[in-house]
Amino acid sequence: MKLHEYQSKQLFRQAGIPVPESNAVTSLDDVEEAYNKLGTDKVVVKVQAHAGGRGKAGGVKIVDNSGDAKAFAQQFLGKKLVTKQTGSEGQTVSAILLEAPSSIATEIYASIVIDRAIGLPTLIVCAEGGVEIEEVAERSPEKIIKESYDPGTGLQGYQARRIFLQLGLDKSLMNSFASLLIKLARLFVDRDCSMAEINPLVITEDNQVLALDAKITIDDNALYRQKDIAEMRDFTQEDPREVEAAKYDLSYIGLDGDIGCMVNGAGLAMATMDIVKFYGGDPANFLDVGGGATAEKVSAAFKIILTDENVKAIMVNIFGGIMQCDVIAEGVIAAVNEISLSVPLVVRLEGTNVERGRQLLEESGLPLETATSLAEAAEKAVGLAKGAA
Amino acid sequence: MSILVNKDTKVICQGITGKSGAFHARACIEYGTQVVAGVTPGRGGQTAEGVPVFDSVTEAVRETGANVSMIFVPAPFAADAVLEGVDAGLDMVACITEGIPASDMVYVMDAIEDSSSRLVGPNCPGVITPGECKMGIMPGYIHKPGKVGVVSRSGTLTYEAVWQLTERDIGQSTCIGIGGDPIIGTPFIEALELYEADPDTEAVVMIGEIGGTAEEEAADYIKNKMTKPVACFVAGQTAPPGRRMGHAGAIISGGQGTAADKIKTLQDAGAAIVESPSQFGEVVEEMLKG
Repeated sequence: MKLHEYQSKQLFRQAGIPVPESNAVTSLDDVEEAYNKLGTDKVVVKVQAHAGGRGKAGGVKIVDNSGDAKAFAQQFLGKKLVTKQTGSEGQTVSAILLEAPSSIATEIYASIVIDRAIGLPTLIVCAEGGVEIEEVAERSPEKIIKESYDPGTGLQGYQARRIFLQLGLDKSLMNSFASLLIKLARLFVDRDCSMAEINPLVITEDNQVLALDAKITIDDNALYRQKDIAEMRDFTQEDPREVEAAKYDLSYIGLDGDIGCMVNGAGLAMATMDIVKFYGGDPANFLDVGGGATAEKVSAAFKIILTDENVKAIMVNIFGGIMQCDVIAEGVIAAVNEISLSVPLVVRLEGTNVERGRQLLEESGLPLETATSLAEAAEKAVGLAKGAA
Repeated sequence: MSILVNKDTKVICQGITGKSGAFHARACIEYGTQVVAGVTPGRGGQTAEGVPVFDSVTEAVRETGANVSMIFVPAPFAADAVLEGVDAGLDMVACITEGIPASDMVYVMDAIEDSSSRLVGPNCPGVITPGECKMGIMPGYIHKPGKVGVVSRSGTLTYEAVWQLTERDIGQSTCIGIGGDPIIGTPFIEALELYEADPDTEAVVMIGEIGGTAEEEAADYIKNKMTKPVACFVAGQTAPPGRRMGHAGAIISGGQGTAADKIKTLQDAGAAIVESPSQFGEVVEEMLKG
């Protein structure tokens, strides 16, 4: 689960990590008060949306009066922001963050992820901040400093200092810098983050260490025990189909193609997308119906797939292990009857009671095609989509 | 001969009194697995699916001589269940549970590092030696005893591959589901080492997917140490970057972990590549001839 910059900074504040003074507003009426509360000559106004490249898209500005702040908010609040990273649909701006400006002397990069190869949370720090870290990693990998730590004992002082001493900063900053890293490391563990990034981490002109930006992603599997964070979830930032799918315990990801897929099992669902491509088609989505493909779930899955106007054919691929194929067939039939299917459908079942399942489908009188093998199903689906084009 | 489990293996089901644990314990018993005990703290003394239930794994081991466990405990308590099984001295623990927080797995792996217990999973279908022992949720009937080892990060995709083999009369020595999470107990390379050392396994099918570096580490082993032929499929060539494709571990991060890269690395290492998921059977058939 992603957090907005202002939410991430809230967590930073709670953890004692220095951030600029700021107020977030979700309504135009609150802008003036938020502006005045800061009491500074100038204020940085920043759009809050789950999108990188906000600055370059005009979503970050410095204003010197509350009227301009309000105008900025009016321009962006509740509207779509398109950046280089959002794609053409853009991302809705949920809030505006008004922040006291900081004088920047140096920019550093710092983030933490769990290094899955070694199974430990790992700090990634670089003296070159404010730029895309992947870019730096490619052209100057030697500039990337990594330090793993034990989540139980936390990042130790000597580890934080070890990082600091490679950055070429003034030694007077060592303690405050190290302290920030230690607190970030503790926050990462305490709040079940899968990623926590400060880019840039700045040294100000008056020698303060400050997190100028904050980007946190929380492990979805841990939300049950991070209830206050779970409540921060901003559904307006997510694909509504994915949100809908989650309600039915389906896993859905929209793609660009025209062949809808419905499969049980994430690996098989990916492989089904792959085989559609193999036969010259283009998958419209990833969808894992999971273990129990009831009629209700299958209906919900069809509906979600069909909200994608690009879909010209649907391929169902179910390997029934514990689930029996005749039960699945009944579910598909009930679902198709309920939703009035508008595109060609290919159903491939394999597994327990498969003969009975196929029989049920064939006798249903519904306009659907069946297939025995995975290859046959993919070829049929691709052909049907092309035919409908 | 197989690896990890056989007809003599005695299995505990942790979480046997839950819906999933009960269902699958029964299915394993029907397959012929020696499920000798269940463990649900607080329900010791009861019977579930015809099997005695104990309050702790230690007690279950003492009373029944069980040596492995399959875990069907809900995610918030699953890490604890794994640690309990390891602490009781089991040879292997297979954790079926999906949804365990990654940070729990960080400390679990650290805690079990020096023990002799092996963890398989989490978020996996389990382990089966066809005809001898099924500990997990896989449908038994699609398997057939034989000489090909199967190791996979997936569940139903594994069944697809196994079924294609069985249909061609190519049996399996053991099938291991290593799981779809980013931090798991038994990575590909360890499974390959086990198959390489198993006199009854002649070839291996390896099913990977996007995310992480496990396939690359396995490729290094295949190239330098493995003498038996390996056929590989990597799911997710059409997966978009930065998205979690169902499995917590199936994500292309910062350009790393793509299917294309993994396939190339495995190919360069000498593995036979299964290009389409409908071709497992024919690729393995060819491989066994050659």
